[in-house]
Amino acid sequence: MTRTPSSAGRYDCVVIGGGHNGLVCAAYLARSGRSVLLLEAGASVGGAAVTREFAPGFRVSACAHLLHLMPEPLLRDLKLTAHGLELAAEQLPTTALAEGEAPLRLDPRDPGALAVRSVRDAQAYAALDARLAKLARALRTVLERAPPPLASGAWADRLAWLSLGFGLRRLGRTDLRELLRIGAMCVQDLLDEQFETPLLKGALGFDAVLGANHGPRSPGSVLTLLYRRAAQGERALVQPRGGLGAVSEALARAARAAGAEIRTGAAVERILVSEDRACGVRLASGESIQAGCVVSSADPKTTFLRLLGPEHLDTGFVRRIVHLRGRGLTAKLHLALDRLPAFSGVALSELAGRLLYAPSLEYIERAFNHSKYAEVSAAPILEITVPSVADAALAPKGSHVLSVIVQYVPHTPAAGWSGERERLIGRVVGLLERCAPGLANSIRASELLTPADIEREFRMSGGHWHHAELALDQFFLVRPVPGIAQYRAPVGRLYLCGAGCHPGGGVMGIAGRNAARQVVREAA
Amino acid sequence: MLTESAPAYRQPLLKTPFHERARALSQLDAFIPWAGYTTVDVFSSVEQEYFAIRNAATLYDLTPMLKYRIAGPEAGHYLNHLLTRDVAKLAVGKVAYCLWCNDDGHVIDDGTVFRLAQSEYRLCTAQRQLDWLQDSATGFAVTIEEVTEEVAALAVQGPTSCAVLKALGLAGIEHLRPFELADFRLPGPLAGAALMASRTGFTGDLGYELWMQPADAEAVWDGLMEAGRTRGLRPIGSRALNIARIEAGFLLPNVDFMPAEQALRVGTARSPIELGLGALVDFNKGHFTGRRALLEEVRRGPRRRLAALDVEGNKPAVNALLYADRKGRRLIGSVTSAAWAPTAKRNVALALLDTPYFESGRAIWAEIYVSRELTWERRMAGARVVERPFFAPARRRLTPPADC
Repeated sequence: MTRTPSSAGRYDCVVIGGGHNGLVCAAYLARSGRSVLLLEAGASVGGAAVTREFAPGFRVSACAHLLHLMPEPLLRDLKLTAHGLELAAEQLPTTALAEGEAPLRLDPRDPGALAVRSVRDAQAYAALDARLAKLARALRTVLERAPPPLASGAWADRLAWLSLGFGLRRLGRTDLRELLRIGAMCVQDLLDEQFETPLLKGALGFDAVLGANHGPRSPGSVLTLLYRRAAQGERALVQPRGGLGAVSEALARAARAAGAEIRTGAAVERILVSEDRACGVRLASGESIQAGCVVSSADPKTTFLRLLGPEHLDTGFVRRIVHLRGRGLTAKLHLALDRLPAFSGVALSELAGRLLYAPSLEYIERAFNHSKYAEVSAAPILEITVPSVADAALAPKGSHVLSVIVQYVPHTPAAGWSGERERLIGRVVGLLERCAPGLANSIRASELLTPADIEREFRMSGGHWHHAELALDQFFLVRPVPGIAQYRAPVGRLYLCGAGCHPGGGVMGIAGRNAARQVVREAA
Repeated sequence: MLTESAPAYRQPLLKTPFHERARALSQLDAFIPWAGYTTVDVFSSVEQEYFAIRNAATLYDLTPMLKYRIAGPEAGHYLNHLLTRDVAKLAVGKVAYCLWCNDDGHVIDDGTVFRLAQSEYRLCTAQRQLDWLQDSATGFAVTIEEVTEEVAALAVQGPTSCAVLKALGLAGIEHLRPFELADFRLPGPLAGAALMASRTGFTGDLGYELWMQPADAEAVWDGLMEAGRTRGLRPIGSRALNIARIEAGFLLPNVDFMPAEQALRVGTARSPIELGLGALVDFNKGHFTGRRALLEEVRRGPRRRLAALDVEGNKPAVNALLYADRKGRRLIGSVTSAAWAPTAKRNVALALLDTPYFESGRAIWAEIYVSRELTWERRMAGARVVERPFFAPARRRLTPPADC
């Protein structure tokens, strides 16, 4: 039921990029009755949310390996379950690993394991978790909304501000004060005032720095912790059956079912502009496609500097885009194992979840130090999953895949990547071997995706998973840069719907949905 | 003696290649800083220097003016994205007055752009601009260098300026039209000195600007002084020039408008439309920085306008507040530049007025403070909105000029 273009070859909307946000946006636009063409440069849709075969029979999610669940209304609107999205596991547990110490399962509802180490910490953990959950719920409403414009006289925008203010006010005095106190703090200060167990602090601090260009002693790291909690929603982390690629496939089916047309292998080279309005795109093949509006899920630097071109923009704006912070520090290591890895003291149910290697805040900060000077961390922090535990189809029978997020890995090490690549794999495998003796001998194949590889393979400037650093100066009203927080570019009929927009990445699809709403709202 | 390693603020101001010559002729030793250089404010008498501009010929050292070389295959596109006017219409060998804006459509600076070759331009500005010029170059195949120190510049202005230059040996200078430039090679004792002359200036009179290698500067100065001996030529300082430029209705950044990138307070920067320079904005040439904001301003209408005022009496309305009524109840603007215009024989001012009061012939009131032997008095002087410029002699455009 693909809706044919209204007049010869002209679409109402062209969506650039088939990542999850592009797909969500295309689906919503098609649902609004528009003729939509989605153009993906790669051979398949999904962007960074893809499942790739890195060794014969071994498949793994290429970037993010767990899903912060999309908002319920989005799942409902797009009927993703009906379009084949299945969960292999949900409510995944988190276990903190350390050498010479039993692993610590993080579960605020079952503080027993923690109480063995520190009764004080066990009590404080439950309290802090409850407070963070409450603050995260308040932040969640901020994440799901399109930021209202600052200087607008429109009643709809004033109402949006009122309701945002009301949402925060509903926190109550104590929690609102606490939010104001900790909101811009560094996570180490927050955790140091609550806890004494290094392993617990390391594990909690991990979520504050994952995917970010900062360490636990950097200001604003509490915000990223709250952000992660808010993005997770109530159902916490889930593992889709078939890897993250299955989410993209379900989204693509939903978009097609809504009437959108999807073309892969169609790299957009230029956004066409006429009379200061986007009017279509030109593909690398030379083909031009006319459109009533263009929505780009590419990162802001790619969209503005490469596809649109600075000649259509004001100098001050270009300056902001050039200086947009987005240097990825996160690498991905995939290992094909011929047997189930045996992490000492880790139960099978825990192995199905995520394992963190960040034994203390100091360890994390030291790992971060290297990246500041363009060095690969000598002792990086790791988020480890064995997705084949919950989803056996990802590996040949009896074999397993290990998926490791490795941080802090600079995009371009001062020493170059040629020697560093093998050295980094060796370091990570060495760390894993200490927690899971025998693992090194079970490796049949490996693949390392550095931030530079991620930039190239998934077409993200700087190789940053969120397209632009998530920090207070690039958050909400000022994301990606001041003036375009409403998903609308300075050039008419051009919109952004990628992770560079509010609320950022994390396979939530909110940016895609909000951008589609903005397109519809402006046409009205 | 300060050394090279002393911090910049302890270094003496730079001296232009004409400095020694200027210093020898300076009676008052009145120097002022300009863009890091020390330059003459007054040689001997502001009045005599001013009257030389209008009745004979003058030399004015322009070297401190910031000069940028802009070259490369996309230099023209780059300038069209930077400047508000259409540079594509500027032929090789021509000069244009121009201005550029920030994203909000507020004027950063004004200047002149010279098209030296197919893809080589020179931009002359009053303020340092390298940062903005380079940031504007993102995505354009263009190189931008500051060449201020590599080019010595001298303005030769006044009714006899053409004759002076002809006597110096600039054969054919009389055929140069306003806003044209040409290269000359000097004969005789100055043989070898290469000059570029442009028929441009800041006086609103007949006049030229000479651009040369710093090594030739003193010889050219000497040659000019010799050639101008019988034509009333004298060097002038900035004070005399300022009277001439007000009379000619030209604007000065930091005086008549706040450069947008230096303005900190909201509402203090000005758009080209507010400054009455809307004719320099071309909305049909494609995008340039500030275009969207300016279109919006045109749609809404500017809040203020720069007006030329003819003020009653002979006391310059310096910094005067302007009112709609004589009692001074309704404040409607303020004066940015004011002077007694000796040639126009009018008491003139440039002022920012609230838009409703900007109409030719409109009578308003200026609050002027005057000192009567150090006893200060406040006067409400009647003023009238008039057309710019206050003084525009036909000779400024006549080609060839009289007597040449």
